[in-house]
Amino acid sequence: MVHEPRSSNTPVPPRGEGLLRSLVAEQYRAGFISAARIQALTAERGLTRAHIEGVIDFYSFLHLEDVGRFRILFSDNIIERMQGNRALAEHLCRRLGSPLGEVRADGRVSIDYTSCIGMSDQGPSLLVNGHAIPSLDVETLDRIASRVEANTPLTEWPQEWFEIPLNIRKKGLLLANEHGDGDAVNALLSSSPTAILAKLEGAGLRGRGGAGFATAAKWRLCRDAPVTQPNQRVVICNADEGEPGTFKDRVLLQGYAERLFDGMTLCAGVIGADRGIVYLRGEYRYLLAPLQASLERRRRAGLLGRRIGGRAGFDFEIEIELGAGAYICGEESSLIESLEGKRGNPRNRPPFPVTRGYLGRPTVINNVATFIAAAMIAAREEGWFRGEGTEQSSGSKLLSIAGDCDHPGVYEYPFGTPIDQILEACGARQTQAVQIAGAAGHLLPPAQFDRTIAFEDVATGGSFMIFNESRDLLEVVRNFADFFAHESCGFCTPCRVGTTLIQQNLTKIGDGRGSRWDLETLRRIGALMRNTSQCGLGATAPSAMFDLLDHFEVVDKRLHSDEFEPAFDLDAALQEARQATGRDDPGAHL
Amino acid sequence: MSNKLRVATCSLAGCFGCHMSLLDIDDKIIALADKVEFDRTPLTDIKRIGRCDLGLVEGGVCNAENVEVLREFRRHCTTLVAVGACAINGGIPALRNHYPLQACLDEAYLHGLGVEHPQIPNDPELPLLLNKVHPIHEVVRIDHFLPGCPPSAETIWTFLEALLSGQPVEFTYRQIHYD
Amino acid sequence: MLKHFTLDGKRIPFAEGQTIMDAAMAAGEYIPHLCHNPEFAPHGSCRVCTVKLNGRRVAACTAPALDGAEVENDTDELRDERRTLLQLLFIEGNHICPACDKSGNCQLQALAYYCGMTAPEFTHRYPLRPLDASHPDFVIDFNRCILCELCVRASRDADGKSVFAIHGRGIQAHLAIDSPSGKLGDSKLHKEDRAASVCPVGAILPKHTGYAVPIGERLYDRKPISVAGDVSDHRKDSS
Ligand SMILES: Cc1cc2nc3c(=O)[nH]c(=O)nc-3n(C[C@H](O)[C@H](O)[C@H](O)COP(=O)(O)O)c2cc1C
Ligand code: SF4
Ligand code: SF4
Ligand code: SF4
Repeated sequence: MVHEPRSSNTPVPPRGEGLLRSLVAEQYRAGFISAARIQALTAERGLTRAHIEGVIDFYSFLHLEDVGRFRILFSDNIIERMQGNRALAEHLCRRLGSPLGEVRADGRVSIDYTSCIGMSDQGPSLLVNGHAIPSLDVETLDRIASRVEANTPLTEWPQEWFEIPLNIRKKGLLLANEHGDGDAVNALLSSSPTAILAKLEGAGLRGRGGAGFATAAKWRLCRDAPVTQPNQRVVICNADEGEPGTFKDRVLLQGYAERLFDGMTLCAGVIGADRGIVYLRGEYRYLLAPLQASLERRRRAGLLGRRIGGRAGFDFEIEIELGAGAYICGEESSLIESLEGKRGNPRNRPPFPVTRGYLGRPTVINNVATFIAAAMIAAREEGWFRGEGTEQSSGSKLLSIAGDCDHPGVYEYPFGTPIDQILEACGARQTQAVQIAGAAGHLLPPAQFDRTIAFEDVATGGSFMIFNESRDLLEVVRNFADFFAHESCGFCTPCRVGTTLIQQNLTKIGDGRGSRWDLETLRRIGALMRNTSQCGLGATAPSAMFDLLDHFEVVDKRLHSDEFEPAFDLDAALQEARQATGRDDPGAHL
Repeated sequence: MSNKLRVATCSLAGCFGCHMSLLDIDDKIIALADKVEFDRTPLTDIKRIGRCDLGLVEGGVCNAENVEVLREFRRHCTTLVAVGACAINGGIPALRNHYPLQACLDEAYLHGLGVEHPQIPNDPELPLLLNKVHPIHEVVRIDHFLPGCPPSAETIWTFLEALLSGQPVEFTYRQIHYD
Repeated sequence: MLKHFTLDGKRIPFAEGQTIMDAAMAAGEYIPHLCHNPEFAPHGSCRVCTVKLNGRRVAACTAPALDGAEVENDTDELRDERRTLLQLLFIEGNHICPACDKSGNCQLQALAYYCGMTAPEFTHRYPLRPLDASHPDFVIDFNRCILCELCVRASRDADGKSVFAIHGRGIQAHLAIDSPSGKLGDSKLHKEDRAASVCPVGAILPKHTGYAVPIGERLYDRKPISVAGDVSDHRKDSS
């Protein structure tokens, strides 16, 4: 094993653990985090005010100033733009006399956009004080507006507005099979950790969060990592699902949480962990109560808590932590930083979480679907999982399908399924392009629709966005560029500055001021980001842009000229001077 | 018909320091005179730029006239060069980018020290100011950059020699500086 | 038994636990860097020290040295990437070198000289950032901050004060000061603090010492950074 160098990671702040939870709670309660509250936290936790403000500043859903009694955020995924979210947002702004991005003068309400909230199969959608309302139309918005004007507490709003249908369109290996509440834990109790590891290894299970790391290998590395006290390891479920266009984890958390908790408990028993955490993205706040209820049921059933299944020493608890609007916190080391009460910057690796993760303890982090697959594999015969999929990608994949098709929703397909088969099944026609694996993924042209969903071919965390021939792909990629510029953590140079430059250049081209020179700039910055970024966000941010340039002609058609075009709008840059001098003669224009 | 390199120069939002540096190449100016001839420059009386091999531009872009002149230079010069800190990143004049244009005008023409007849000039003869001062590469394509405030005579000479001999431009360590 | 890797073909010995940067520095080899300072925990944010380790790009300051590995450092390809990274740092802030006290002693500038950067070339952001002169001994000019977090690390780890922190996210990320007013003058920063003299650029500058050494005769006017080393190694004679 490589000896670890001096840790380059920010030390765990004295009492940073639980800081995010306090901040999220205070924001929810008061609508912002006041100077007095920060003062109190500095005293309680021995943290500086600048540190706490730095944490608050990092998360989109935490605020130093009051954002109003009702905070309304429209999901601004490209799919929801296609569904007309902008017109709806403007409508609500007008209805409420509340300018976009500002708090209304009476402090009642503020309206803004937010990154994808995981509802693109039922958009346009919004969050009001953290609670999602899907399938919006003008009538619903008018009714929302009346309640805001009447100052009706959220609890008294019609509860059916907040209902989120699962929209499962195709069940496969995981979803079509039954799984009893404690099947995986029981399988462990009646065999052994090594037997379970062998089974996962035999099944060829790879992580469902995107990178596809072998799950058995991850668990084994963690199990073998030294600890000072027994069971001092940690199991974390990554339920941050921030990739635009993805929602399959939400569906699993809503409909299959028992299996997730069974899988996490299985992992705890295998690696020797006594602590489990589900890092649930803030956008899924509505799942908090049902998940907690489910945990409580498991405690009562002896499947969680002390002496699980009656086995002495098998103690394991699961807590749920809410995120606060930061895509980067889905990156596993950022997620840990976030839990430790810091800004969610990715860590330098090594050390990897399996040896030094949460609070320095060996930690397994897996995606929701990975834990569920592990639970089901443990409870079944060898060979069950391998019966589907390909040699390198065994089992099935849950896809979140949205965009231009008749039946958006969750589809479970064996790995190795070709894209065109999926397009046909969901009722997509005249498809111009598919964006697979979210904003960070690839924009595929029809010539590549014979490719398959698999780690060795088109890998994906689950997002599958469809664009028909009427769509402007430049707008699509601009939306992704806006997303990355907004979500870059700002730690490293190439991504912090590069995401902004890409956004600027695509805007310039989109506004009809672009030239071939700008394409060179885009490629140069994109290559730099791929090569030198600290983490996957910066490295994958330019992918869709490269695909757009390489496989589609739309950008070429939108160039204003082949010659150099100025970086800024020259005539607009004289506007202030025209105003100051009152001039509008020909000489006052460029 | 000479086969000398035809050169034009101008100073936009600059201080003529770069032009001084050009003249500072001492005895080499004689060698230079053999090889180049000047078109429009502040040193000649030529008012309109003709076809040139090389354009040397000092200063950033701060007003509409700068934009026009710069575009003229780009149209007429095969090779266009940003000379000095101001042409390259706005330089000292870009310090005004910290303030809204209105505030700059107010300070200069209305409330500033020693202002006699407070009024923001609006004569159509005067070029309008841009909101911000910009480096010239943000307005036209630039082929080379000669950094320095001003670039040393040596840097300028190294560049001209390379250009005249058709060699790639390579500076020694001490020839690149930004101050 | 000592292990080795090669840096552009040269054999570099290293001890367990050393990074590529540690070992290269110990062997007197130069790998360009900005946010790294061997006194403090490595950070890995500027990415200027990106090298190729067996063909894969890593930040030399955080990547553990590997026995038998081949490391590429001084290649045209990497120099080109470094130059682009430096250009991004220049256009991100407001760097008017002729008006900066640090000119000639500035690591950002010196690295740009070293990498042959003649201009920032990209579109300048010209952000509006303040200048804070409230402290009796120091001026902090946020226009020139490159977010290397050396002051953050020094204040936290060497001075035990945590006077500095980062606020904002993405391109909005910026240095912030821990004090009731947010001003440096109200903070616990003391003249003798390590954090006060660690800034590699002209963002944190001592007052009353400007232009002691004339432009043209300063540290990096005399020698390239690959020879002269980091500015904080020359604290006494550089200002
Ligand atoms: C920018 C970024 C965002 C990520 N977001 C998520 C996420 O929302 N959910 C997730 O499971 N993994 C996400 N990942 C991947 C995780 O870092 C990690 O690889 C994964 O949680 C491991 O679980 P698995 O092995 O079960 O896939 C993200 C990675 C990056 C670089
Ligand atoms: S690549 Fe982007 S998100 Fe990742 S560390 Fe760098 S700035 Fe942060
Ligand atoms: S900090 Fe360095 S690069 Fe920035 S203005 Fe000062 S000398 Fe120039
Ligand atoms: S002030 Fe200086 S030391 Fe501190 S982060 Fe900025 S550049 Fe680095």
